[in-house]
Amino acid sequence: MIPLSLTVNGKKVSLEVEARTLLVDLIRSHLRLTGTHIGCDTSQCGACVVHLNGRSVKSCSVLAVACDGDEITTIEALAGLNGELHPMQQAFADCHGLQCGYCTPGMVMTAISIAKEREHLDPSELREELHGNLCRCTGYQNIVKAIVAGAEAMKQG
Amino acid sequence: MQDFEFHRAQTISEAVHLIAEDEGALLLAGGQTLLPTMKQGLATPSALVALRDLPELTAITARGDGRLEIGAMACHADVAASTIVRQRLPGLAALAGKIADRHVRNRGTLGGSIANCDPAADYPAALLALNAVIATNEREIAAGDFFIGLFTTALERQEIVTSVHFPTVARFAYGKFSNPASRYAIVGTAVAKTADEVRVAVTGAGADGVFRWTEAEARLSECFGPRAINGIEPDAAMLNSDIHASAEYRASLIRVMTARTIASILAAE
Repeated sequence: MIPLSLTVNGKKVSLEVEARTLLVDLIRSHLRLTGTHIGCDTSQCGACVVHLNGRSVKSCSVLAVACDGDEITTIEALAGLNGELHPMQQAFADCHGLQCGYCTPGMVMTAISIAKEREHLDPSELREELHGNLCRCTGYQNIVKAIVAGAEAMKQG
Repeated sequence: MQDFEFHRAQTISEAVHLIAEDEGALLLAGGQTLLPTMKQGLATPSALVALRDLPELTAITARGDGRLEIGAMACHADVAASTIVRQRLPGLAALAGKIADRHVRNRGTLGGSIANCDPAADYPAALLALNAVIATNEREIAAGDFFIGLFTTALERQEIVTSVHFPTVARFAYGKFSNPASRYAIVGTAVAKTADEVRVAVTGAGADGVFRWTEAEARLSECFGPRAINGIEPDAAMLNSDIHASAEYRASLIRVMTARTIASILAAE
């Protein structure tokens, strides 16, 4: 077992894990933050996207022990204390950007990282940026709409 | 995934020592290929030696000799966004910005990509066309001597890629016909034109991995334009066939993508 300290959603966490523990398993099984999903486990689908030191990564493709000292943000950190949604979450709800909701945590985390990086969101560029995130029910039209609206709301935030 | 020992090397010599003393140990760069491979049971290292604590491996610098030096642990997103790379070698920044997807680009590295030497990876074509030099902890290796075959490089067991030195070539571009799911190249073509020569390197298609298309290079040295390669294609016998594309289709794609890449260089002037 390997000792590990990191910051998850603003809280310091110290624990011991096996070297082979994936970041997504640390988040879901050890910390019980089950909003981050495992869709494929083969690095294709992006349902497990979290922010690692502010950048989007697939947490199924990162070792937990490689994150010692790092900062992780998951979907659970987005909503306010009274349950008010983050502007990007609200935009997904308003634009029907989800149906079954399985891909949504990864989509929302990806959307926020794209919105923070870019001043202006061009829908065709946005589709290119969404290549690492698969949705198998809603389709992408409303997801793209939601991200454009959510990014705008974040700016006004 | 089978369990393994985990080390975070604090110096390059410590990393060398750790892989030297354990035959089953592997280096861990960004892990974007290695971890999925381990999950499938296709790689079962006894130990991983992580290189992420070595900040000297992530620098991107414009050297006095006009070369651009990119550290082995620079991730694709950093190469794509680097002002220095965008100014000096914009075609390379563009290539890095089209590798896999944004999450992989935030983690995957230049050194990891070339050391893994996937036959459909993007960087090897750029290094070969640009005549880049791979620096390791022991020596410097010309790209032409580095890429040996499928997942095979000139690296010795205890050798670690530290950086890649790219000549600054104004006329350079990379064009990729991607697999729409994986974003790996079904065919990727890198074209570099210097005062002395034209080099064309092809990834994704060769049965032995990345290769130079010398027949096209000879034609393009005479006359640099997309029409110069009309009517020629690499021999399909040296190309691979798989579920995504036959060797004959790849041969045709190589001509088409090379012509498009040349056209993009000319259009940028």
